[in-house]
Amino acid sequence: MRDFWRRFRRNKGAVVGLLILVLVILLAATAPWLFPGSPWDMAAAPFMPPGEMDMLLGSDSLGRDVAAGIAHGARISLLVGAVSTVAALCIGVSLGAIAGYLGGVADDAVMRFTEFFQTIPSFVLAILLVAIFTPSIISVVFAIAIVSWPPVARVVRAEFLSLRSREFVQAAEVLGKTRLAIVLGDILPNALSPIIVLSSLMVASAILLESALSFLGLGDPNLMTWGFLIGAGRSVIRLAWWMSVFPGLAIFLTVLALNLVGEGLSDALNPRLARQRGGAA
Amino acid sequence: MNITRRGLMAAASTAPLLMRASDALAQGITPRRGGILTTVLNPEPPVLQMGVNNQGPTLVAASKIFESLLTYSPTLEPIPMLAKSWTISEDGREYVFKLQENVKFHDGQPMTADDVVFSIMKFHMELAPRARTVFQNIDVCEAADPHTLRITLKKPFQPFLLMFDATACCIVPKHIFDGTDFRTNPVNARPIGTGPFKFTEWQRGNFIRLDRFDGYWKPNRPYLDAIIYRIVPDSQSRRLALETGQVLLTQANDIEPFDVPQLRARPNLTVETKGWEYMSPLSWMEINHRVGPLGDPRVRKAMSMAIDRNFIVNRLWFGVGKAATGPISSTTRFYDPNVKLAPFDVRAANQLLDAAGLKPNAQGVRATLKHLMLPYGEIWTRLSEYLRQSMRQIGIQLEMESTDAGGWSRRIGAWEYETSINFLYQLGDPTLGVERSYVSNNIQKVTFTNTGGYANPKVDELFFAARDAADAPTRQRHFTEVTKILVEEVPQIWLMELTFPTIYDKKLHNVITTGTGVHTGFDDMFLAS
Repeated sequence: MRDFWRRFRRNKGAVVGLLILVLVILLAATAPWLFPGSPWDMAAAPFMPPGEMDMLLGSDSLGRDVAAGIAHGARISLLVGAVSTVAALCIGVSLGAIAGYLGGVADDAVMRFTEFFQTIPSFVLAILLVAIFTPSIISVVFAIAIVSWPPVARVVRAEFLSLRSREFVQAAEVLGKTRLAIVLGDILPNALSPIIVLSSLMVASAILLESALSFLGLGDPNLMTWGFLIGAGRSVIRLAWWMSVFPGLAIFLTVLALNLVGEGLSDALNPRLARQRGGAA
Repeated sequence: MNITRRGLMAAASTAPLLMRASDALAQGITPRRGGILTTVLNPEPPVLQMGVNNQGPTLVAASKIFESLLTYSPTLEPIPMLAKSWTISEDGREYVFKLQENVKFHDGQPMTADDVVFSIMKFHMELAPRARTVFQNIDVCEAADPHTLRITLKKPFQPFLLMFDATACCIVPKHIFDGTDFRTNPVNARPIGTGPFKFTEWQRGNFIRLDRFDGYWKPNRPYLDAIIYRIVPDSQSRRLALETGQVLLTQANDIEPFDVPQLRARPNLTVETKGWEYMSPLSWMEINHRVGPLGDPRVRKAMSMAIDRNFIVNRLWFGVGKAATGPISSTTRFYDPNVKLAPFDVRAANQLLDAAGLKPNAQGVRATLKHLMLPYGEIWTRLSEYLRQSMRQIGIQLEMESTDAGGWSRRIGAWEYETSINFLYQLGDPTLGVERSYVSNNIQKVTFTNTGGYANPKVDELFFAARDAADAPTRQRHFTEVTKILVEEVPQIWLMELTFPTIYDKKLHNVITTGTGVHTGFDDMFLAS
């Protein structure tokens, strides 16, 4: 573990990313105390520029506090990012494991199925799913999970393909372990590092997807999200730049942080690769 | 009312036309032939044949192609169009219209009284529910001679003359439609009317081009050579096009209200909010009376009192529009300024809810209601958000539901909603545009009927008495009476009298000259050099 942290620390960007990410999580956790009440409350006159009337980041077209919206929006964005990633991992890992471990017909079937999803533009599919199931937090999470599992399945399959012919797997088979036990107990733990790296990037793209959906008005209308803030601010951007700029920054920083952390994780989990990269630099 | 007075009214109503022409001359601007008007249309209509489709964008563009017997002044007095004069019998049942004599359709065929009879009795009777309810009352509709139309009603109907706007009853060619399926007639793709501009080209998703009709019946009109409706789906692009002079005119929903203040400040543009007197759209919070507490008039009244309508008008609509005072818009006939809704008062609203027995629970919530958002653009989403916050103040929690335009219309029509937002055109007269939302015999599973399910026998009686009364003072009395009941029972929570900004380049003249605004033919519009 200490080794891991040392390698992670070596990547300065990753540390900065982790710091930002911790701040965002803190902001989300403390939002109800920092900004008590609902982020939808009309707390000031509409279109107050940042700094006026106790509005740190200004107010929007109904006089709602943009800062409160960002803080409360962080909760939803992180929640959506995390939950949809977990859901996508469940689908992707199980399908990838089946394909990679069983091989043969099962592999072919699962991979064709995965390709089917990969050939459909993911954002269009997400819009379609949300529109069909009417916008709500559940349909948004579902849609994001549905469009983001194929890469997981492919990565997991590739790992499984290479691991299943290793000696320790053969040893486990000889010992008479069930297939499920082998998959879960022997192969999966050894395939974890690419999955962890991938999932940190998936959280980032899930946040982006959710924001894009909210921006288009397909988010849950009862929840304040970053995408909603930008969508509501976009049309008045020449009148009130702060309405879209600050939530935009929030998304930018969070996604950047997640990407940096992902890179750091990749370095930390693949020491050989990191050293090569370090040597080249 | 006797014949001579009516005749005088008809004659007097031509005066505004003459005055306008002299106004223009007085400003030292002589109308100029030529020039192309580029404007925008949004959203793109499915078809330009009125009757087959009567949605907003269709009416805007097709009103250049089609005309009807009359048009209306801003105070809703009829102005001659295809009918050059008319008389009404003393008992209010017989209408005789003298038609213009040299009117031709765009395919060169002359327009006669036969076409008018066909349009009224067959075309609109079959296609337009709104026209049907009025035209059902026609006993005889006949061509006395090629240029005289005689209509006899089964019983007097005072607002009858308001039905002859191009948007309500356009005159279509009998020789093309008679005996065909109106909805699938191939001519719908290239509509043929009598208007000042004829259909030339439509590139889907791009533009619609209408060219000057050289055989137009008004001599030397229209002034413009062509009108091009560009399809621009994004409101910021429309605003930009207007600012840069790529388009010279925007109308209806084209420009979002929050863009209006900045456009007002531009020296080369005029912002006009007149021209919606005939339509007079009134918006309200649509209430389904079948849902829990909403059947109680005290609850509805309290909800109405929790809404600051001036905030809606000034902050959301940037002053474009007026706070509603009741079910009848102030620009509609028989509006009574003395009857008003209870004023904005959150405390009194809370007390009223307590009195109604709708007590708050531990979280301060009295009731939770669903709210189906109107999917007509951002401003309506903001309005729903505002309503949610207003209702929170009186302990009513609104849960937002979003849907698309088709879904909204279907769910309202099927009564599958609890609260929503709606707006309806009043069409000049409460009998034509207000009655339908409140009388119990119009509780139908059809959008824009009394979908809320409000029923009050006294209200029915008064609306029907006003419908059948032959003279204006009696009708006024009935409408005042019914308005008094409605503002107490608040069957729908009226919010705002909408007007839409018409914004145009100052080079453009005679843009809004009537009570139907951009829904006229634009034959007198011209571009100064």
